[in-house]
Amino acid sequence: MKYDVVVVGGGPAGLGAAVEAKKHGANKVLIIERDRELGGILNQCIHNGFGLHEFKEELTGPEYANRFIKMVEENDIDYMLNTMVLSIEDKKIIALGEKGLIDIEAIAIVLAMGCRERTRGAIDLAGYRPAGVYTAGAAQRFMNMEGYMVGKKVVIYGSGDIGLIMARRMTLEGAKVEAVVEVNPHSSGLTRNIVQCLDDFDIPLLLQHGITYVHGKDRVTGVTISKLDSNRNPIEGTDREIECDTVLLSVGLIPENELSSDTGVELHNTTKGPVVNNKMQTNVDGVFACGNVVHVHDLVDFVTKESRIAGRNAALYVLNKIENNETVETEAGDGIGYIVPQQIDTKLGEEVNLFMRVRNIYSNRKLVVRDGDEIILQKKRPHMIPSEMENLKLSAELIKNLKGNISVCVEEA
Amino acid sequence: MFDVAVIGAGVVGASIARELSKYNLSTVVLEKGVEVCQATTKANSAIIHGGYDAVDGTLKAKLNVKGNEMYEDLCNELDVHFKRIGSLVVAFSEEEMETVKDLYDRGINNKVKGLEILNKEQIKEIEPNISDEVIGALRCKSAGIVCPFNLTVALMENAIVNGVKLNTESEVTNISKDEYFNIETKKGNIQAKYVINAAGLYADKINEMIGGDEYYIISRKGEYRVLDKSEGSIVNHVLFQCPTKKGKGVLVTPTVHGNVLLGPTAEEVKDPEDVSITKSGLSFLTKNAKKSIPSIDLSKTITSFSGVRATPNTKDFMIFASSKAKGFINVGGIESPGLSAAPAIAEYVIDILKEEGLNFEAKADFNPYRKKDKPFSNMNNEERKEAIKKDIRHSKIICRCETTTEAEIIDAIHRPAGARTVDGVKRRVRPGMGRCQGGFCGPRVVEILARELNLDMEDVLKDYENSKMILGKVKESRGEKIEI
Ligand SMILES: Cc1cc2nc3c(=O)[nH]c(=O)nc-3n(C[C@H](O)[C@H](O)[C@H](O)COP(=O)(O)OP(=O)(O)OC[C@H]3O[C@@H](n4cnc5c(N)ncnc54)[C@H](O)[C@@H]3O)c2cc1C
Ligand SMILES: Cc1cc2nc3c(=O)[nH]c(=O)nc-3n(C[C@H](O)[C@H](O)[C@H](O)COP(=O)(O)OP(=O)(O)OC[C@H]3O[C@@H](n4cnc5c(N)ncnc54)[C@H](O)[C@@H]3O)c2cc1C
Repeated sequence: MKYDVVVVGGGPAGLGAAVEAKKHGANKVLIIERDRELGGILNQCIHNGFGLHEFKEELTGPEYANRFIKMVEENDIDYMLNTMVLSIEDKKIIALGEKGLIDIEAIAIVLAMGCRERTRGAIDLAGYRPAGVYTAGAAQRFMNMEGYMVGKKVVIYGSGDIGLIMARRMTLEGAKVEAVVEVNPHSSGLTRNIVQCLDDFDIPLLLQHGITYVHGKDRVTGVTISKLDSNRNPIEGTDREIECDTVLLSVGLIPENELSSDTGVELHNTTKGPVVNNKMQTNVDGVFACGNVVHVHDLVDFVTKESRIAGRNAALYVLNKIENNETVETEAGDGIGYIVPQQIDTKLGEEVNLFMRVRNIYSNRKLVVRDGDEIILQKKRPHMIPSEMENLKLSAELIKNLKGNISVCVEEA
Repeated sequence: MFDVAVIGAGVVGASIARELSKYNLSTVVLEKGVEVCQATTKANSAIIHGGYDAVDGTLKAKLNVKGNEMYEDLCNELDVHFKRIGSLVVAFSEEEMETVKDLYDRGINNKVKGLEILNKEQIKEIEPNISDEVIGALRCKSAGIVCPFNLTVALMENAIVNGVKLNTESEVTNISKDEYFNIETKKGNIQAKYVINAAGLYADKINEMIGGDEYYIISRKGEYRVLDKSEGSIVNHVLFQCPTKKGKGVLVTPTVHGNVLLGPTAEEVKDPEDVSITKSGLSFLTKNAKKSIPSIDLSKTITSFSGVRATPNTKDFMIFASSKAKGFINVGGIESPGLSAAPAIAEYVIDILKEEGLNFEAKADFNPYRKKDKPFSNMNNEERKEAIKKDIRHSKIICRCETTTEAEIIDAIHRPAGARTVDGVKRRVRPGMGRCQGGFCGPRVVEILARELNLDMEDVLKDYENSKMILGKVKESRGEKIEI
């Protein structure tokens, strides 16, 4: 089988990239998806709030996905379901699907494998390992796609968005959510989710608290929680037991890049995703990446934005129209955790969106962009938190005139 | 009426059962768990020790060395992963070098094969990531690693194929003896002429049922970390630290599946069921593992677990015919290296039974082989194509991290001594063992178990008797009735 562009992963990133590749002149486009349907994680996100940027409407996850699935159908893009890409070598793809092993040749490849959740092992959760400890996403799948309750009396560990949304979801289904326990002094979820999922239902958010023990050998019977000091150590005398049958973990997402690294794609230490330039191109010739596989986004709208860039450039690559000029690097300066893209092609003549996360909570600061020592852009920000991705638009004009590497810092306003 | 009842389906009970299945005897295995391998055997270092560790002259030393020698043939017959990768006991000081020499001498006394003392350069050559502080080591080429879950399952499976009966969920609650043993279990009574007590952490309690008091068991917990396969090549051997007065140090070892295992701690616990993990245990492991391999990346921890050793107060395996009730054989106090010694323990038990008057007559049609297909993840593409031709369900990957197919899971459930629980499936064919720890495949495995065992989704267990995964249907919990 031969294709112009093969997209690995049929979530919003993969769908967006495929549609855009087709629109920009790639003839034969294929999406390979290992799940039973297209749409990725969005299929289990049945709450609304998707698409405000993209469609100026509040859609649910499946609705948002469906808009793109329609575009895929309309644009005659091929897709394979229940098919998993096992390896990529020299743009030869080996996938395992309903009919067995398939060899596929591609001119360009877009990696859009999304992410997975961090697990209890990664956070050294002490206590037993009974039934009833789930990642929030696994619980979401059980409830929203299979129709089963994973528990009735719940403590949620971590205040990431998926955890917050599951707090509301489980409450609506009649479960009692005893508390959301967060080790940081601030939540790691979007403010709107704190309000709509916890405050509206009187679910306590216990900041600077940790679950220090999980009780119950067979099924969870409770957890011990403690207040934490600034080094995240439990403060003596603050232990308290909460009875529950379920613990949901919402402790972060990790981009799914085992396939990428086997393919020779260079990964970034902080994002754990491919190092990309402003064409969403990786270090491997003809291989592009977008979405949560590159870095974990908090809004699917931004995933879509990124996927368009990847899709278009994959098409240009196929048409031999992609230019590779000189690039400069982007550097995360004081107060910034990471920046995507990590490289910028200055001759491309296009504006560039820099996506980044700050390291701490900041009030009344500014984001300062420097080209070497020279300040080229500053933006005031009344409030910044690590859980909400920042983005800075650099105009084509600015990019064209760049002389060296650029850095972004958080500074006093 | 059975000739022999074996209590306990850990690696020891399973080894004995398989050995007994070579003869024309009727044998039953009574196991309190939902399936085999749910106690000590599922949580240990998985090392087949060389045998230099056990004190010379003990039963432990003798059975360890002999057991080790039996492993290749045994694992070949049963199609179980075993790798003789060798071990190193590393020394960081002259004092520790003395210990290394003592262990060498002891090993020679115990007739351990493949022992040598290495200097720093020699160690660096075979273990490039080891700390620069190392000064010497005892190498034991005969040490190896195994998959203890598959070994136990395979032993039991082979025993069943050769006629042994396995009764799970059959906790033994009382034993009395008239002419024969009457064994009360939670699933009814069983009569047998001989009883073999291989009940692990509860062997002393079982022994008490017939009035025995020759030993008691102290529960000693050991905690572990498991690192992602991405760290798999950081060590090539089983890497021990020198035992000191303070303890045995922390070992770092590859597993047969290519992960890295760090552990164990050693802590006496009151409750034999205490398999909890502690912050202090985990940080102890972190600190001490770095002493051997400074570059080890503990952020690659994918899970942690603990196991409990059945340490006898007598300091040696307690394998003997009881004087309280004729025909009752104790196989208690089987702490480390019980896994290594298990095949030799089984033969030793047969000898005791012979002395006790049981008549052994070899079974003409005994089949020593147990065949299992290669894991799909280890196949090359040609083999995969073949496998799919034979069973199309191989084309459905259920576990993304470990590349486990639906066909493999179904097979694991339907084999003799098959999986009954989510963790049982995990231990046999690995869905949930990978870096996402069942986040994606968990719901699918529950679904397959329910379908294949004809259970309600809600009755699928994680591991133990009361470990339900799901607590009802959505909407029902808020009072609505629905059909799914
Ligand atoms: C559990 C969970 C819940 C979330 N909830 C929300 C939410 O409520 N709101 C929100 O805005 N965002 C949410 N997110 C973030 C959300 O994932 C992103 O907004 C968006 O879905 C990312 O799109 P994606 O296409 O990059 O990844 P995904 O949607 O994860 O899609 C990746 C797709 O790639 C497929 N795939 C991976 N590897 C292979 C392979 N080797 N071969 C074939 N196919 C492969 C996967 O099956 C998957 O369908 C959630 C994320 C997770 C993990
Ligand atoms: C931390 C740790 C590390 C170790 N490392 C190693 C190593 O690297 N190498 C090595 O050789 N050895 C090692 N060991 C030792 C090894 O694991 C044990 O010796 C071995 O697993 C013991 O097997 P078993 O069959 O006796 O016990 P178990 O596996 O505990 O089996 C006993 C069975 O009896 C059942 N049972 C109990 N009571 C009843 C009852 N009343 N009725 C019915 N059934 C009952 C239990 O459910 C259980 O299934 C280690 C042990 C630990 C804990």
